[in-house]
Amino acid sequence: MTRVLAPLVTATGLLAVWQGIVVATGVPPYILPPPIAVLNVLVTRYELLLHHFWVTAFEILLGFVIGSGLGFVSALCLVSFRRARLWLLPVLVASQALPVFALAPLLVLWLGYGMASKVGMAVLIIFFPVTSAFSDGLRRTEPGWLELARSMDAGGRAVLFQIRLPAALPALGSGLRVAASVAPIGAVVGEWVGSSAGLGHLMLQANARMQIDLMFAGLFTLAVMALTLYFAVDWGVRLLVPWQSETVDHD
Amino acid sequence: MREPAPSLSVYMDRFAYGDTVLFRDFRMRLEAGRCTVLLGPSGCGKTTLLRLIAGALPGASVRAADDAPLPGRIAFMAQQDLLLPWLTARDNVMLGYRLRGIPRRQRSALARQAETILAVVGLAGQGNARPAQLSGGMRQRVALARTLMEDRPIVLMDEPFSALDAITRYRLQELAAELLAERTALLVTHDPLEALRLGHAVYVISGEPARLGPVTVPLGAPPRDPTTARLLRLQAELIRELAGSPAAVAQ
Repeated sequence: MTRVLAPLVTATGLLAVWQGIVVATGVPPYILPPPIAVLNVLVTRYELLLHHFWVTAFEILLGFVIGSGLGFVSALCLVSFRRARLWLLPVLVASQALPVFALAPLLVLWLGYGMASKVGMAVLIIFFPVTSAFSDGLRRTEPGWLELARSMDAGGRAVLFQIRLPAALPALGSGLRVAASVAPIGAVVGEWVGSSAGLGHLMLQANARMQIDLMFAGLFTLAVMALTLYFAVDWGVRLLVPWQSETVDHD
Repeated sequence: MREPAPSLSVYMDRFAYGDTVLFRDFRMRLEAGRCTVLLGPSGCGKTTLLRLIAGALPGASVRAADDAPLPGRIAFMAQQDLLLPWLTARDNVMLGYRLRGIPRRQRSALARQAETILAVVGLAGQGNARPAQLSGGMRQRVALARTLMEDRPIVLMDEPFSALDAITRYRLQELAAELLAERTALLVTHDPLEALRLGHAVYVISGEPARLGPVTVPLGAPPRDPTTARLLRLQAELIRELAGSPAAVAQ
């Protein structure tokens, strides 16, 4: 019970501090609106928020599915084909030196103002953590298992799909968790650079029009979405690797 | 067993890790259908020798008396149970068949056979349990069942019972001796009593490069009663031989 209650109490406390600051300093609402005003916007303009919520949610989900799918396949290729590792891995790692943000204008230029450029951004940002976590997992199979499989005359494919792949699922799970937490960044940055819908678009517009309460409401909606995605992925990963026991709390 | 167990002769010209020469002009013979035991302190190259014979490391020439090739005729049992945590006990027992590919119509027959073998090692009705649900002794029994399921004429064992408590170890030695009878077995251990209970021929291995001491041949058929005066006297002799070996003195 305290596990649920404790963060709620903390959050309420923070909101109270926020309200206190607004009242005490008399800061104008176009700089910092009181939390009550944000709540008011959340209630009165929920249809507008919901509309943009679905746009961004769809971009993120589609990006997540495509990005993790690509990451899954390329990790399998990287460990199965020595040649792929030799020719692609350095380029893949080097490509991560490019900030994805810097690519956003290009993607908008190439893929247009619509959904495709945002999905593209999300894919770019999700792809790498999934690939690197999963290929790491595939390469770190317990050597004893591999030796045992060899003594049983197992072929390379059987070893890959029946031992290395299931053994790497926990690592894939960590990759997917990271991907879930960075996916909203990709979509929102894409929306900032150029779009006509989505929470990023809404927040940018609200900011320009000094509707800071609406901006905060958008931010709150985005946070709810990101948390939902994270916990959904976390839950899915647990279903995927039921044999992995949780580490016991030590504190 | 499908085929009679052959005797093996092992020869190594030279095997080294860096500057450490582990074996030079090393010879040993495993009698057909007998259990040969290598007894030695930790770090004397026992495990390396086993892996060399298994073909997991290159460098040894191993010839079977029947001149047939060895791959496909050796089963391996390690110190760790090496059970795959995502498979049930039954599927772990069937691992070799799963890795080599089971035709659909043989599946249920093999599953029945795996259940039978699990019952033989004292795990009747535990086929659906996952490794995490089993105790260390039970897991090692599953590993033994997996070795039996492979039904290979040659069995190599690397301290398979050393991680177990005394009573569990005692029972598993009993079981292993019955089940591995008639096979050409090589057991590597640091426990003199285990060597005397299970071996038809016991060698102390020591030195750098490694040498085999004179053979000890305990009377009677394994598994021998560890409480007889004769066995305990032999154990005392082996302990003296082990303690006098250069590796033990160095420690």
